[in-house]
Amino acid sequence: MLIRKKSQLVDNDVTPKQDYENSRALISASRRHFLAQSSTAMLAAGLAPATLWAGDKISDYLPSKSALRSELTPYEYVTTYNNFYEFGTAKGDPVVRAHTLKTKPWSVSVEGEVTKPGVYDLEDILKRQQLEERIYRLRCVEAWSMVVPWIGFSLASLIKQFEPTSKAKFIEFTTLYDPEQMPGQRSGSLKWPYVEALRMDEAMNPLSFMATGLYGELMPNQNGAPLRLVVPWKYGFKSIKSIVKIRFSETMPSTSWNQIASREYGFYANVNPQVPHPRWSQRRERVIGASLFSPKRDTEMFNGYADEVAHLYKGMNLNKFF
Amino acid sequence: MAALKFSKLHWAFFKTLVFILCLLPFLSITWDAFNDLLGADPIQRLHFRTGDWTLRFLLISLTMTPLRRVFKSSFPIRFRRMLGLFCFFYASLHLLVWLVLDQSLSLDNMLDDVPESPYIILGLLAYILLLPLAVTSNLASMRLLGAKWQSLHRLVYLIALLGLVHFFWLTKLDNTEPLIYTFVSVVLLAFRWPYFKRFWGSK
Repeated sequence: MLIRKKSQLVDNDVTPKQDYENSRALISASRRHFLAQSSTAMLAAGLAPATLWAGDKISDYLPSKSALRSELTPYEYVTTYNNFYEFGTAKGDPVVRAHTLKTKPWSVSVEGEVTKPGVYDLEDILKRQQLEERIYRLRCVEAWSMVVPWIGFSLASLIKQFEPTSKAKFIEFTTLYDPEQMPGQRSGSLKWPYVEALRMDEAMNPLSFMATGLYGELMPNQNGAPLRLVVPWKYGFKSIKSIVKIRFSETMPSTSWNQIASREYGFYANVNPQVPHPRWSQRRERVIGASLFSPKRDTEMFNGYADEVAHLYKGMNLNKFF
Repeated sequence: MAALKFSKLHWAFFKTLVFILCLLPFLSITWDAFNDLLGADPIQRLHFRTGDWTLRFLLISLTMTPLRRVFKSSFPIRFRRMLGLFCFFYASLHLLVWLVLDQSLSLDNMLDDVPESPYIILGLLAYILLLPLAVTSNLASMRLLGAKWQSLHRLVYLIALLGLVHFFWLTKLDNTEPLIYTFVSVVLLAFRWPYFKRFWGSK
């Protein structure tokens, strides 16, 4: 009758909050501390310790000047509190199970309404991009948020590389499908593979970002290595992880969460405190890593990015196209 | 088993033991809260842990009557009230977490959130129904209410139902846990089948 939660293991094991304004040395020291702690716990639980973090530093990127730097969510939480159902539905599952994902070599298939279709090696894609840091707030549809220093390049610059045709109205992304590497795909919780999509003008917006790392290092597997989308004005589920396919199309693609509950998860999924999820309010959000007694944060229209993106939806009824 | 006789001292010992056991989840939750061990999303963690224990104690208290029947002993019944009150205790903590930590005791926040969140409405309703049961759990009320006492306390079946729907409604995708609680509830309510048959038959 007494049911034990799987997730408690990782939650209770998290290293206390650190001061992230400090040097990289502190960050990596605390990471080692955390790694040591959690490996012990995982050994105790009979789980094989494996590479939890890619750990490789990214040397050459333009740092962000965003004022959000003062609100960064601790690295420990960014990398242990994850929704990545390909590795299980509990927040603590991905960090424990994502070591089975093989991110090298990695290629991305580019298809559809595009002049340069083909299978691109990720290395080749990266050679043509200047990496930069972007600090964005990530607002989950579950009413929590975190602030993450991503590293990557703008989606627009990637799209230009493939030269979409004038017929390309939408861009669709697909996550790797391989139950051997992604054991969560053996369960029928979602239809696999995971698919997400944007309208072309959304994708070409300067905020839309392809991330290959965070906190100055290569993307940890549990955060969607080696290549993931980040669209900060939309609920987190739009920011698809571990992308293997990009397809340009004339018609609106069918996306994963929308397929299983279209009333709850719209195609647009723009962060909007005025439009409640049918089962819960979206007016406020819990800040990940905040103290227990700090009040929740008021959710902002378009997650605080209204100046950059509101024009994309001019004249649209956002209650209908949520 | 029915032949066992216990002295007053024995009973005091058993009850103290059960009381301490029932308090352990509270002590563990409190310890974690004050030592920053609730993880990345502490408010939600508190919600889940207090909510889980509310449902568990509800189901444990509903197990006592079937146990009496199975073992033909009144022993389990002697703990039913305490278990029910612990259900109320954890439900109160669950509500308190919501009021203080989630809503910051702000009426404005509640007026925003409650109408937009059906699972909160169900949870509040379940708690309101739990109140008269907690208040009338003493011997004096039992004597005073007589036969009505049992009818009143059968509200617990409705409360269990509300609690389960509350759980399903807030769950995003993976229904494994609420399904487990539902399965246990169905088994426990099956023992009350004659009552339900009479209840629906009398309509």
